Amino acid sequence: MSKIKKGVKLDHISKIYQDPKTGKDFYAVNDVSLDIEPGSFVTLLGPSGCGKTTTLRMIAGFESPDAGEIYLGDQAINALTPNKRDTAMVFQSYALLPHYNVFDNVAYGLKLRKIPKDEIKERVMHILDLVELNGMEGRMTNQLSGGQQQRVALARALVIEPSVLLFDEPLSNLDAKLRVSMRTEIRRIQQEVGITAIYVTHDQSEAMALSDNIIIMNKGVIAQMGTPQDIYYHPNSEFVADFIGEANFLRGTMVGKDEDHAILEIEGSRTSVPAKEDMHVGEDYVAVLRPESAQLADEGGLPCRVILSCFMGSYQNYHVMVGDTLVKLTDYNPKIKHIYKVGESCSLVFDPAFVHIL
Amino acid sequence: MARSQSASLDRKKLMADPVMVGTIVVLITFLTLFILYPLAILLVDSVYGDNGLTLDIFKRVMAMSNFRKAITNTLKVGFLVGLLSAAVGLLFAYVEVYVKVGRGVGGLFKVVSMLPVVSPPFVLSLSMIMLFGKAGLITRFLLHIYDNSVYGFWGIVIVQTLTFFPVCYMMLKGLLKNIDPSLEEAARDMGAGRMKVFTSVTLPLLLPGLGNAFLVTFIESIADFANPMIIGGSYDTLATTIYLQITGAYDKQGAAAMAVVLLTITLLMFAVQKYYLEAKTAATLTGKASRGRMLIEDKSVTRPLTLLCSLAAAFVIMMYLCVPIGALFPTWGYKFTPLTFKWFGQVFTRYKGFKAFTDSFVLSLISAPITALLSMIISYLVVKRKFKAKGFIEAVSMLAMAVPGTVLGVGYIRGFSGGLFHTGLLQGIYGSAAILIIVFVVRSLPTGTRSGISALRQIDKSIEESAYDMGADSFKVFMTVTLPLIKDSFLSGLVTAFVRSITAISAIILLVTPQFLLITVQINEFAEKGSYSIACAFATILILITYGAVLLMNLFIRFFGTSRKLKEDA
Repeated sequence: MSKIKKGVKLDHISKIYQDPKTGKDFYAVNDVSLDIEPGSFVTLLGPSGCGKTTTLRMIAGFESPDAGEIYLGDQAINALTPNKRDTAMVFQSYALLPHYNVFDNVAYGLKLRKIPKDEIKERVMHILDLVELNGMEGRMTNQLSGGQQQRVALARALVIEPSVLLFDEPLSNLDAKLRVSMRTEIRRIQQEVGITAIYVTHDQSEAMALSDNIIIMNKGVIAQMGTPQDIYYHPNSEFVADFIGEANFLRGTMVGKDEDHAILEIEGSRTSVPAKEDMHVGEDYVAVLRPESAQLADEGGLPCRVILSCFMGSYQNYHVMVGDTLVKLTDYNPKIKHIYKVGESCSLVFDPAFVHIL
Repeated sequence: MARSQSASLDRKKLMADPVMVGTIVVLITFLTLFILYPLAILLVDSVYGDNGLTLDIFKRVMAMSNFRKAITNTLKVGFLVGLLSAAVGLLFAYVEVYVKVGRGVGGLFKVVSMLPVVSPPFVLSLSMIMLFGKAGLITRFLLHIYDNSVYGFWGIVIVQTLTFFPVCYMMLKGLLKNIDPSLEEAARDMGAGRMKVFTSVTLPLLLPGLGNAFLVTFIESIADFANPMIIGGSYDTLATTIYLQITGAYDKQGAAAMAVVLLTITLLMFAVQKYYLEAKTAATLTGKASRGRMLIEDKSVTRPLTLLCSLAAAFVIMMYLCVPIGALFPTWGYKFTPLTFKWFGQVFTRYKGFKAFTDSFVLSLISAPITALLSMIISYLVVKRKFKAKGFIEAVSMLAMAVPGTVLGVGYIRGFSGGLFHTGLLQGIYGSAAILIIVFVVRSLPTGTRSGISALRQIDKSIEESAYDMGADSFKVFMTVTLPLIKDSFLSGLVTAFVRSITAISAIILLVTPQFLLITVQINEFAEKGSYSIACAFATILILITYGAVLLMNLFIRFFGTSRKLKEDA
């Protein structure tokens, strides 16, 4: 694509809505600032009601912010209507025009821009090729499968060569397998075209698979942003740790220090964890332990008791009690391993490097 | 928390769309000028005399015994008609939704629900007189009763019930279909008999809906002008009293005060219906039925119900058939053979039928597309866009639904005969074709808007947003996306507007000037004079025209309608 790539900047954006039940105003988006690099793929991730879709719709122009300014490249776009903004959106419901066929759907935006017929044809065919829908241009949209409709929606957004591509949970209406293959597809096309993309989803695996950067939102504010690895390994709150992947929270008191490790007393037993700055003896800390980062052994770790042991195919699922704390474990390749039974007492072992202190 | 920035941004975005702003301004002007202003002027006129603010005019009309009588008459008729229509409507709806009936009966129901739509409002009064009156076919020639009078209270009640119950039937049918059968099955399962299920589950769920149907009919009955005019005899209702106050007593100020009284009554009921009962109905009957209902096949239930409904339906159909047949008899009530077309001939040779049909036809034909387009634009704005004046536009176009034609007619006389605010401004439209067209538009607007709104609510909002996002402005979105998607609704709105206009009488009879001959006004005149045969001939041709329009629309939708196909696939 010949156009100059543009980034998106949100400068202290807020949006206030009225709760339809109580009639009270509340912040749907509260003082959000973002800087999205040109050409990068950024995901807004969060539970429903966290403000991610509202943020996206403000960027598209369907909603107006109550505070702050939105920039596309260097241009402030707050007062522009959606049709004047250089963005294109892929909708959750695809939102294809049901009275047009595939070609006319994709050509719609080009016709509005009064582009000559020959060029429209060429560009539409090129894009349909890119989304692997060649030969389908004469079909009505209701003759297409969900995945194909999604490709048309994507083609329609791409063909007008916007500076930014916006995705509003585009895969949530597809079945699980198609979702996986479509997200690979979306990533491939975004990389090929090199376009800036902002993607809203509540599906963490989608966010991981697609993004250069993930922005986790909760209750209208940004909880954390960073690369997928960053967020998975170094969550900054229990909310983020729990939202991305599964997490066990071990609460303990710091009782000592040993070079760059801290000693925590968890449920009456001592264990060594990587120390972070500014930790003090006598204070309470929370250690995040991913289910795949620990194993059960006969001894040598935190004493525990098995309360659930369940074969899941690729892994054995354990729930164990460490004192009063429930810890969930996934032990991969269980075929050749010793299987602990419900009621057995054993030991929870993990490499301190896999633990993250909040 | 301040929401001023988003408000000002939304305003800026709106202003960037001149077509949209222009449309909104035109709409607001139209609604203010032709709905709000005539009603406001009625109020002003009836409290503002030569000596400033006064209640004298109200006192004067309230002192008239015939007006006080008209109020009680109207309320009595409306109440009874509301009850009867809701009851008959419920019977029909229940039988259609719950009882296994033969195909023929289903067809009968369809015809019955269709007839009042395509026929002029006073057809049933005509046939009532012709069948049961002094020279009635049934009373005089079958039963040899020579002094039966159909004029008065019972005549109006029967005719209005027959006219309005199909509306209740359609409303209640929709509601009954929304009751989840598993609720009733659960009650059956716990040991309730069929009657108990009906009284303890179905009826309570339906109660707000029944109330709604009752009030809608009540309002219709109160507003009805044509039937009381023809069959009321000396039994005057508010609508006819107001009409006579203007045309007989030339008391425009008195009529304005009377109109305010009538308007107040209907508005009150409309408010209850709209804001209380409709919300309640929606609250009790929200979900869609999860699956089909096991129809009642028990012969001891189906037989009597089917018989009852079939008889009622047959009676209604007979009433309607009486009009075209009546037009074929040489002299109604005296000479029945040989059948003749002479009345039809006279319509055109002696009674300027051709001019009447052309005038009505052309005026309706002009107003129909205006109405249809306006109602689609209003629906689009109300459902899909947000802007400040939206509430105003929605409220006023719905308000028109509650305004009786007679009131609107008096409002137009007061509001435009001397120009705007009696200043002479815009006086030119009074007595012109324009004001007739405007009245037609205003009278049909609420129906069209309502159907447009419900059609648009079914369309995913993001379809229009996607077009907007692709770079289309509001006008483009409306023309290339919205309108094509609600083509069916638009077409049926077009025909409904045409049919309503060509059969309208209540407001128009007050405003029409001798230079225009309208069919409905002609029929009314002949029926008043007792020239039933010629009235029937006029009415028959009118029914043919409206029925033809409906047929044409159905054909058109079948061949060109896309939205139906889309809905099925969705």
